[in-house]
Amino acid sequence: MVTGALGTGLQVIAVALGSPLLVGVMRQVRARLEGRAGPGIGQPWRDLRKLLRKEPIAAHGTGWPFRAAPLLVAGTALVVAAVVPLVTTVSPLDGVADLFAVTALLALGSVALALGALDTGTAFGGMGASREMAVLALVEPTILVSVFALSIRVGSTSLGQIVTATVEDPLAVVSPASVLAAVALAIVTIAETGRIPVDNPATHLELTMIHEAMVLEYAGPDLALVEWASAMRLSIFLGLLSSLFFPVGIATAGAGVLAVLLSVLVLVGKVAILGVLLAAGEVFMAKLRLFRVPELLAGSFLLALLAVAASFFLA
Amino acid sequence: MNLVGTLFVASLSCCALAAAAALTAPAKARLWLAGLCTAAAGACGAAAGVAALAGQSWSAWLPGLLPLAGARLALDPLSGAFVVVTGTVAVCAAIHGIGYCRHGLDGRVFQAVLPVFVASMLLVPAAASVSTFLLAWELMAVSSLLLVLAEHRRNTSVRRAGLWYAVMTHLGLVAILVGLVAFAAGAGGESFAQLREAGLPPAVKTVVFLTTLAGFASKAGIVPLHVWLPRAHPEAPSHVSALMSAAMVNMGAYGVVRVGLDLLHGGPAWWWLLVLAAGAVSALYGILQAAVSSDLKRLLGYSTTENLGLVMVGVGAAGFLAATGIPVLATLALAAALLHVVNHAAFKTTLFLSAGSVLYATGVRDLDALGGLRDRMPYTTALFAAGALCASALPPGNAFVSEWLLLQSLIHAVPGSGVAGAVTMPLAVGMIALSAGLAVATFVKAFGVGFLARPRSAEAGRAEEVPPVMLGGTALAVACCVALAVAPTVVVPALGRAVAVVFPGRDVVSGELTLRLAGVSGVVSPLLIAVALLVSVMAVLVLVRVAATRRARRAARLWDCGAGPMSARMEYTATSFAEPLQRVFDNVLAPESDVDVTPMKESAYLVERVRFHARVPDRIEHRLYDPLIAAAAAVGRRARVLATGSVHRYLGYGFWALAGALVVLVVLW
Repeated sequence: MVTGALGTGLQVIAVALGSPLLVGVMRQVRARLEGRAGPGIGQPWRDLRKLLRKEPIAAHGTGWPFRAAPLLVAGTALVVAAVVPLVTTVSPLDGVADLFAVTALLALGSVALALGALDTGTAFGGMGASREMAVLALVEPTILVSVFALSIRVGSTSLGQIVTATVEDPLAVVSPASVLAAVALAIVTIAETGRIPVDNPATHLELTMIHEAMVLEYAGPDLALVEWASAMRLSIFLGLLSSLFFPVGIATAGAGVLAVLLSVLVLVGKVAILGVLLAAGEVFMAKLRLFRVPELLAGSFLLALLAVAASFFLA
Repeated sequence: MNLVGTLFVASLSCCALAAAAALTAPAKARLWLAGLCTAAAGACGAAAGVAALAGQSWSAWLPGLLPLAGARLALDPLSGAFVVVTGTVAVCAAIHGIGYCRHGLDGRVFQAVLPVFVASMLLVPAAASVSTFLLAWELMAVSSLLLVLAEHRRNTSVRRAGLWYAVMTHLGLVAILVGLVAFAAGAGGESFAQLREAGLPPAVKTVVFLTTLAGFASKAGIVPLHVWLPRAHPEAPSHVSALMSAAMVNMGAYGVVRVGLDLLHGGPAWWWLLVLAAGAVSALYGILQAAVSSDLKRLLGYSTTENLGLVMVGVGAAGFLAATGIPVLATLALAAALLHVVNHAAFKTTLFLSAGSVLYATGVRDLDALGGLRDRMPYTTALFAAGALCASALPPGNAFVSEWLLLQSLIHAVPGSGVAGAVTMPLAVGMIALSAGLAVATFVKAFGVGFLARPRSAEAGRAEEVPPVMLGGTALAVACCVALAVAPTVVVPALGRAVAVVFPGRDVVSGELTLRLAGVSGVVSPLLIAVALLVSVMAVLVLVRVAATRRARRAARLWDCGAGPMSARMEYTATSFAEPLQRVFDNVLAPESDVDVTPMKESAYLVERVRFHARVPDRIEHRLYDPLIAAAAAVGRRARVLATGSVHRYLGYGFWALAGALVVLVVLW
């Protein structure tokens, strides 16, 4: 119990502090692969520090939804960071939320940002919100059906139980169901975190942008929160993927303090590797046209459906 | 008479009192008297329902009230659940109505019919014989029709809506009548107790189930029998819309559960797969239409189709799982369906009442002409926001809990329910998930476009906050939403007793803080999620206070590309917000658009005016009902040949018809 609480605390701290570094690593990898020197992996933290020192801005005509959105998106990310099993599977918060609730909490953060964007009343805000909601609606079926596929093996949607079962029988991951679900969830991760080919975090072109259009009006500490939250969401998704399909090193029931500390290091390593792979993949890909994105998401839904079918018919 | 009976009779008496007050009281006191009496009726009804849910049952036989068999009433926990919902919705709607009716709806007849409508909705779940049930059902249909037509002088679309509603609801009544009469004839008695004991041949059972299902599905707004719903709900006065959408449509779900699961004791798996499929299609179709709709009340009406679809998925899954021999999950699915009925009632009352407040303050229900209400109507905005959060099925809202339960019951059905389950359950989960995702987009649109940013029309710009009594009614509904959201561990076991009427002897959930499923593995804690969210938002707030500068917020212009302040015409509208989804689901929605270019007189190359008109028609209405109506009209035109106006001819028709009937009777008997 004590190590469980320790692990939960450590994973929240690791996500909160480490996620800007993950973004830094990914930007650095992209820069190097594209032949640029890159600003170094500490740049996102330096940006956050700079933004926090700037004065807060109240844009004309905006109200409480605009002010509350950054708090809520960061708040949901922190809650999710506490309830998913990244460092330990015996978190005292495990019974609070299962995989459905985690998905819904992350969606709540997106909704808060979309409402903040609509509250500005600018065309950019509406555009971003509208696109974000369309993507969110189309991603939802894939996530839930993948959860379905993963839960069949364990008979539960509890994240702790799914990860524990995989720790006990690592080879179960090499089943068709798990592989299909992993691919489906990877596509979902790309869509939800706004990476290429669904969205481009580095662009400010109105034809293509989704996330950046929503947060265009934010400045100063508000923008710092939004950026921090989106970095946390990225690391949570990558951490979740690694925990669900490659839970090596995660602290299980009966693990000592040392194992928990080691588990944090392993988590950082795994997420960094996934981040590097994602960044390297982005270099070789172009962004999809906005109205081709649904096809990609429909494909991922099909994979998830096949995963459920496989887990029943091939089991 | 025990507590349940006393409360229930008190509730009906309050309804009668309200109707009498509405008819006799002077105009000044009428609204308050009738409204408060109706609210009292609702409160008594809700209390009776709670007492019935707590386990006390009550039944009465009033042989003098109706000819032949007399009226039979009974309240068991299943009826109790629906009586609680109706009663609570009636309290909120009646209080809101006191303010809402001030302009033009304070007439005697309208005010007197409203309590009658409430009474009929309390009687439908309490009816315990076929004749009582059908009479209460028809009373509900007729009184609601009168209420829908209340504003028929203001708008011709009200009359059209009333016509659609009248026809659909009576076709539904005919279907239920045929089904239940066939049932009673086979059972040899018309009280529900006798129907329960009846051993009918399977073919008759199937006929009874399918005909009643058609009738109940049309009341519940299930696709393809939903067409009346998106017409009647927007045109009715808003507190009536709330009553219809949050209480009346539930009677469809009640009917399916009562007749299909209770009186017929379930049936073959294919019945319930049919219910499940109809529910899933309704959920998806309803929310898709809501997502592209820009009329606020029409959007809410389609969302009702979606939510009742989800309820039907739960009911269908319950029947299917019971038929395939997994009673644990059948119990869970039915509990999820009932919980969703309750949750939907709470948030839909909130949403319709706040939409009514908006309509009262602006006279507009077109989202494209709203906006900017955040500063002008701050309380209504906050109340609608709470309702929209619940309707999006996101935590910490209440619908999240019922959808979670529903998904758990579907997920655990594989692999126990065989190949049929392995094929249908993932598809059902996918459809529920897509409808949940689209619901999020829909309610972000409804709230974000309708209430936030700047007003898009002069009417919205002049809006003022509504009177406190209207806010009070809506706030009561929000309080119900909050209670349901944080305390499902209290509500679900109570509904478990309603489920036990059909599937006896099993607990659904356990736990005080966390919702722990009984029989299968699954845990979630809505209360702790809400607390965790609150704590972490506070933590972030503290963090920002500590880490960021303490300078005051500076007002600044929005980013306008340096072109001067942006006008409201540059804002995104509901139509533009829904455009990506409309484009994605192009094949399903089949949107129509017209471009009409008027050139100048001088030259065809100079354009004087371009008119663009886009709309998304209800495709089912278009493709299924329009041909039917056209065919009926064509038959009618042909039949005019028969009616020439000659009295001799008509007497001849009468003679030949009588002779024909006699011949048929002679041959067949």
